[in-house]
Amino acid sequence: MDPLSEYIRGITRDNPIFGLVLGLCPTLAVTTSVENAIGMSAGTAFVLVCSNIFVSALRKQIPSAVRLPIFIIIIATFVSIVKMIMQAYFPPMYAALGVFIPLIVVNCIIIGRAEAYANKNNVFYSFIDGLGTSTGFLLVLMLIGGIRELLGTGQIVTFDHTLITLPINPSVTTMILPPGAFLTIGSLMAIVNYQRAKKRAKGG
Amino acid sequence: MVEKALFAIFMDGIFIKNFLLIQFLGLCSFVGVTKDVKSAAGMSGAVVFVMALASTVSYMIYNYILVPTKMEFLDLISFIVVIAALVQLVEFVVRKNIPSLYRSLGIYLPLITTNCAVLGVVLLNVSSEYNFIQSVVFGISAGLGYTVVMLMMSGIRERSTFVNVPSSIRGLPQAFFIATMLSMAFVNYFWVIPI
Repeated sequence: MDPLSEYIRGITRDNPIFGLVLGLCPTLAVTTSVENAIGMSAGTAFVLVCSNIFVSALRKQIPSAVRLPIFIIIIATFVSIVKMIMQAYFPPMYAALGVFIPLIVVNCIIIGRAEAYANKNNVFYSFIDGLGTSTGFLLVLMLIGGIRELLGTGQIVTFDHTLITLPINPSVTTMILPPGAFLTIGSLMAIVNYQRAKKRAKGG
Repeated sequence: MVEKALFAIFMDGIFIKNFLLIQFLGLCSFVGVTKDVKSAAGMSGAVVFVMALASTVSYMIYNYILVPTKMEFLDLISFIVVIAALVQLVEFVVRKNIPSLYRSLGIYLPLITTNCAVLGVVLLNVSSEYNFIQSVVFGISAGLGYTVVMLMMSGIRERSTFVNVPSSIRGLPQAFFIATMLSMAFVNYFWVIPI
């Protein structure tokens, strides 16, 4: 078990969205633009890394019968911190993400990693796992956000910098409305399944 | 806060702010428990019940305990603990008094603690500053909206089990494509009718 492969695992095989299919609500709800996707992933990453470290450090003290309520309280504490920081320093971002910042507390990714990984491994590896899973989450959110923003508005604008502008403006407004989210994640999941099946057929 | 008619809040909860298709709350159960109508109905029943209770109790906790003691920053922690405790309590009561209901709803009750729809309805109640009656009405209507979509989705999925699709689309991608159509219907139909 070396740290680098543990880190990569969170992006590829145990990717929170395509591998484990956890945390769908924020993935679909806030990915109307790349900017929102980055803000959401940053908040989730902070909570995930901190809760992984805490749960792992306390894993010998937590009685297993009441471990889930304790995990939830640890997570809720960090989510409250994120919520207050965002509210104070990034009010536009807080307004755009709305109810989904406090809802990080019931994001299945975080409690899933606490239960499946941090509860069994030491602090350092839990930290690496938190980083890897957050990176996987960030990449998927940016991909979905990018596709939706590009097709929906014709350009990607992130923190006042225009990154890409399409020569023709497709303006498929549906893409930044709720149906676009379902369509994008369905198509991406079909592509991932197809690639996996091809790899499996080749590897035997 | 503008005084909003109860009927408007009711329609908001079911259609215009539909939790599953418009607001993306509670999607884990949306793709997880909709493989057949029976379990979708069981889950929906449990969600309506817990949402109505959670709206009631959390309103009291927020306005009668947290606001007078100026501890609003503890809202998130107290709500999540309240919902978890409430689900446990409901489970005990239902198991003791109505065993038949417990047999059909029992396995879904623990799932609800981490269902973001329940915490979502509580947080939306606080952020839209609803009063007591409005909170309860919004809780019930959000639960009914959830039920409507769960039943539609599970009905379609049950009938599409034997449809011949490429193997990489079978399962989750197929479910998401069905959800796309449903969501398109909801967005286009209910956003043009001002209530």
